[in-house]
Amino acid sequence: MFPELIDTRPLRRAVDDGLNWVVRNWGGELEAAAYPLLMFLNWIERLLLATPWWLIVAILVGLAFLATRNWKLPVVVLVALVFMGIMELWRDAMVTTALMLAATLTAIVISIPIGVWMSRSMRVRQIVTPVLDLMQTMPSFVYLIPAVMIFGPGKIPALLATIVYASPPLMRLTDLGLRNVDPAVMEASRAFGDTPTQRLFGVQVPLALPTILAGVNQTTMMALAMVVIASMIGAGGLGYQVLQGIGRLEVSRGLFAGLGIVVLAIVFDRITQAYGKRLQERFGLGEVR
Amino acid sequence: MDTNGTTADLAITMRGVTKIFGPAPETALALLTKGKSKTEVQAETNHVVGLDDVSLDIERGQIFVVMGLSGSGKSTLIRHVNRLIDPTAGKIVVNGEDVLSMSLDQLRTFRRTSIAMVFQKFGLLPHRSVLSNVAYGLEIRGVGKAERLERAAHWVEVVGLSGYERSRPRQLSGGQQQRVGLARALAMDTDILLMDEAFSALDPLIRSGMQEQLIELQSSLNKTILFITHDFDEALKIGNRIAVLKDGAVQQVGKPEEIVLNPANAHIEEFVRDVNKARAIHVRTIMEKGAFEPCEHTVPMDARCEDVLPWFAEHQWVGVTNADGGQIGRVSARQVIRALAKYSPDVADPV
Repeated sequence: MFPELIDTRPLRRAVDDGLNWVVRNWGGELEAAAYPLLMFLNWIERLLLATPWWLIVAILVGLAFLATRNWKLPVVVLVALVFMGIMELWRDAMVTTALMLAATLTAIVISIPIGVWMSRSMRVRQIVTPVLDLMQTMPSFVYLIPAVMIFGPGKIPALLATIVYASPPLMRLTDLGLRNVDPAVMEASRAFGDTPTQRLFGVQVPLALPTILAGVNQTTMMALAMVVIASMIGAGGLGYQVLQGIGRLEVSRGLFAGLGIVVLAIVFDRITQAYGKRLQERFGLGEVR
Repeated sequence: MDTNGTTADLAITMRGVTKIFGPAPETALALLTKGKSKTEVQAETNHVVGLDDVSLDIERGQIFVVMGLSGSGKSTLIRHVNRLIDPTAGKIVVNGEDVLSMSLDQLRTFRRTSIAMVFQKFGLLPHRSVLSNVAYGLEIRGVGKAERLERAAHWVEVVGLSGYERSRPRQLSGGQQQRVGLARALAMDTDILLMDEAFSALDPLIRSGMQEQLIELQSSLNKTILFITHDFDEALKIGNRIAVLKDGAVQQVGKPEEIVLNPANAHIEEFVRDVNKARAIHVRTIMEKGAFEPCEHTVPMDARCEDVLPWFAEHQWVGVTNADGGQIGRVSARQVIRALAKYSPDVADPV
């Protein structure tokens, strides 16, 4: 056994007491701070539930067609969504989609600026990268439990956990995309006397967009991967059905809800990927330069 | 080293410009000023000498060609003119303004209004149309949308890309893409144009077409063009003056025929050996000056030896005329052959 060099009990106690202190003194404030996020999530959820099913099907099939300009993907999307409806999973699917959308949109707002910052400063990247490793590998329960202690069980900790888990790939890919922009184009822009802002929005971001979109795709997928865990602390949706299926040993319920998650993942993954590919083709990237 | 004597209208002046790449350029600079060579400095300090005490005078309205092999520092040199690279030591004056003392803001204004650049790798924006690419520099400058698109459309036409306005760069061939790059620079309407190996990535035939187009454009626009190339033939074809660069140092500066007739050292002689001298040498540098009896056939004074050769089949003497058409001298086949066959310093006396 490894020898006991120091007594770690005071350290553990300090961490626990610290968290308790935060919950007692700052719980209300933190909850209020996260309230806009909750409003946002609820708004998306109400919107999706209020929209007639056929309209949502039409929109997603339409997006799939716009992204690929052929009939294969729209048919896949149509079959997938009809399956969802027939299996009586529509409502749960919309709740899950709302959580995924809220988490993805928030992650985009947070991650892209951080990714931009990472691409511009070696130092920032050195600091942020280990934090991202931590966010991706730390078992989510480790931060879910404090989050539940602070916010109480419900949608807020579920949403926060999903954001924490889903943002890292987008930050990494934004950083990577910006750093890999063809230096010849950057130099040309510089030679014409651009300002850093003109260069960022006129050259770097547009050229990095395919990579950034790949990041958004990853974020969407990881947000969907979190739904079962999120449902354990009160997120509802398809994850909750899976959880109930396990709890009641109803294999069929778990199986169909699980398939529902897979179907959502396929629909959103294929659509976002198709848009990424379209952009790349337009730029002529991926061809021999 | 060439000293021009006249302090004529200079567009670009470089004095003692030295660039050393590395974390501590000062130590390497000290060694370099003590007279150590590029390789010695690199071995001792692990610093790369980009430019070594370069001084150049570039007159307004000239095509000035800097010629050198890869690694000679020519691309580094051209980037000093608009300060894409900051020198370690030296002085650079463009249009009478000291480029090195400019603040970041002044430098931006300078790049937007006084100087435009064409790149070997084109540097076009792949997500924009040809028209929008040509308008990019004007957009940076802050020109309104309607005006910049109108001007861009004009230059797209001048470089011969009408009909491609809506295409994306990747749909064009290399030569067409470089025309977009050229149009983008010309649309800026600056007096000075920097061209960094602009034609090097193109096929020989297309390159030759682009060279002719550049000479034609130059005669109508009368810009100052600093042109970088590794191709000696290209330098002779388009250059009014040529500087040869090796290991970051200027080996020789002069008119094309001065370099062909009097190569300053063995390095330049190697280039000259394989060159088409009939193309390099102007007849006016080897002609017999004076008002002789008018010849049956005459050529203008900027004709080259290859232009007069065919006429010797019929005529013994071919006259050389100035811009007004008056004969200022004549040339015989013997003189041409002598100039082409030998280029040792003691043969002809080029003036």
